[in-house]
Amino acid sequence: MGSYQIMTGNEACAKAAIACGMRFFAGYPITPATEISEICSELLPQVDGVFMQMEDELSSIGAVIGASCAGKKAMTATSGPGFSLMQENLGWAYINEIPCVIVDVMRKGPSGGSATLPAQADIMQTKWGTHGDHPNLVIMPNSVEEIYTETIRAFNLSEKYRQPVILLYDAILAHMSEKIYVPFLDEINVIDRPLPEGSKKDYLPFRYTDSKVQPLAPFGQGYHLHFSGLTHDETGFPISNQDLTGLQITLGHLMAKIDDEYDAHIKKYESYMLEDADIIVVSVGITSRSAKTAVRRARDMGIKAGLFRPITMWPFPHHDFSQINLVCKAVVTAEMNIGQLNQVVTEDIDRNQKLVMKNLYDGNPIRDVDILNSIIEANKYEQ
Amino acid sequence: MNNDIYTKYLALDKMPTMWCPGCGNGIVLQSILRAVDELNVDRDKVVFVSGIGCSSRAVNYLDFDCMHTNHGRAIAFATGLKMANPDLHVIVLTGDGDCASIGGNHLIHACRRNIDLTIICMNNSNYGMTGGQYSPTTPIGSQTKTSVYGSYEPPFDLCKLTESAGATYVARAATYYPLQMKELIRKALQHHGLSFVDCASDCPSLFGRLNRLGDAGQMMLRWKDRLVSIQKAQSLSEEELENKVVWGEFVNKDNRKEYCDIYAENIAKAKEAANG
Ligand SMILES: Cc1ncc(C[n+]2csc(CCOP(=O)(O)OP(=O)(O)O)c2C)c(N)n1
Ligand code: SF4
Ligand SMILES: [Mg+2]
Repeated sequence: MGSYQIMTGNEACAKAAIACGMRFFAGYPITPATEISEICSELLPQVDGVFMQMEDELSSIGAVIGASCAGKKAMTATSGPGFSLMQENLGWAYINEIPCVIVDVMRKGPSGGSATLPAQADIMQTKWGTHGDHPNLVIMPNSVEEIYTETIRAFNLSEKYRQPVILLYDAILAHMSEKIYVPFLDEINVIDRPLPEGSKKDYLPFRYTDSKVQPLAPFGQGYHLHFSGLTHDETGFPISNQDLTGLQITLGHLMAKIDDEYDAHIKKYESYMLEDADIIVVSVGITSRSAKTAVRRARDMGIKAGLFRPITMWPFPHHDFSQINLVCKAVVTAEMNIGQLNQVVTEDIDRNQKLVMKNLYDGNPIRDVDILNSIIEANKYEQ
Repeated sequence: MNNDIYTKYLALDKMPTMWCPGCGNGIVLQSILRAVDELNVDRDKVVFVSGIGCSSRAVNYLDFDCMHTNHGRAIAFATGLKMANPDLHVIVLTGDGDCASIGGNHLIHACRRNIDLTIICMNNSNYGMTGGQYSPTTPIGSQTKTSVYGSYEPPFDLCKLTESAGATYVARAATYYPLQMKELIRKALQHHGLSFVDCASDCPSLFGRLNRLGDAGQMMLRWKDRLVSIQKAQSLSEEELENKVVWGEFVNKDNRKEYCDIYAENIAKAKEAANG
């Protein structure tokens, strides 16, 4: 048995990462993510881990990728301004299939915005932030305990699929304290990246023939690895622009390795009172907690409301959601931005279903009563 | 020519290189490989990290563990690699644009930390890869694609920059003196702490052509009168040193702790605090 402890979201994130084997952290201080750096600076050296306060966020994620190539589980944590700076190097990690975890603690933007105020406006940035096409794995927890368990899942997915994973939550979750269950180390299911077997000479760092994840050899062990941000073949060496099928094959593999595993191992969402729901509220992160209360209050009033809450935000569970919402008459999206989740949900609903938006982007959390009002409004709709 | 070095260390199936005939990068790369060969270290522990540019392309011809990263970011990736595995000999191959403009911040902070990386800059005083624009080391008055009336931005002296930022080994080598270049690089590789070697080189296709400096051979001969050793420079006046390039070993000291060693002390302190 582990123990029950009271801690903040940022503390849970740092401690869960170390518990599942993260041994390299590089970051640059920024509100509301700073505590993750502070805690790592204290705890990592106690377990022979490396903490580095880098000169900026470009180098933070660069160092994280470098450390991961040396075989370490590595993480960085930042907020919007720093996350923007990380995008180019993040793309390098996608194309070279380097495991690492990036925590983006959302604050109100754009630009410097309001450092201490929460927002949920980086949802689209985590999908499309870096240039060019690439797959995504983005997780949005909604409680301190879930930050703990989902940080571990972020590392597991990252190691298993050789892919950067982004953990996305907001300033409120970062700083609120909750009682959580902290498991013993041997209770935690830890996945480590598969290492290659067989001859070092024949090892290829990439595999584009099918959707299988190629084992990742660490630097310094005689594999003579080659990693490049340029379009490359399975050897990792750049290919010429004459070979135009190259990128098609690479991207096909990157997408397929996630798509093929999605239903069984990646997809994750919470369904609450959805069986007979006329009104489905779709909400993520901190806002989903107000949404859940609103759904309960609507039920008390006799309105058949339910909640659909993606935990794996990207890839979004389009297929499941479009099945779940077949018979409902309206969908309410509640989010602290101008409508990013709403845009995603639009794809999955019919023209005769009503879509109601509840958005707040003034730096305040959305209250349950506001979402309840949206549910009541949606309930008036006659199909 | 020592062909052994080529078969031993180059990814020969990737030849020919993308470099123009007469480009200085080949001389620098050869010097590096000769220096590595003399080191007598486990070759599998030698890793190369580069950024973006004609110079950074060098890693694409090497049979070592290599990382060809983003423009300016080689030192950042290398820092993580080294800290995650201090047993590695991490060599950063970079250009004047890569390490001194877009990656300048990483350069000075790596020097400040005195982390045990060897940074080798192939300094051709322009952005070769993008077609010959001015760089932070382009001499004033030079013709480049973005200084058609003559370059007007004051250049960096990369040796002075890295020395004042805290590098504990700093040298300037020149493609005109390849054997001495090999020696200086070898010493840089053996140095424990941050070592920086500025390799004065040529880009005949762009900087040479735009400034009407002749072909690669003629450009090479121009160095003869411009290069002045540190020893000789001491006896010359400031006027006499104008338009000269001083080469040799500027800094070689062990009076500062190396960063991985400093971090090991931090680990010891943390464990003591946790147990105490
Ligand atoms: C972020 C980014 N900005 C700009 C470029 C375009 N670019 C590629 S190489 C280069 C300059 C390289 O100059 P240098 O480092 O001196 O290398 P050289 O080609 O001269 O060897 C630039 C500006 C890029 N690849 N990435
Ligand atoms: S453009 Fe200049 S630096 Fe680039 S390969 Fe050609 S000669 Fe060398
Ligand atoms: Mg250059």
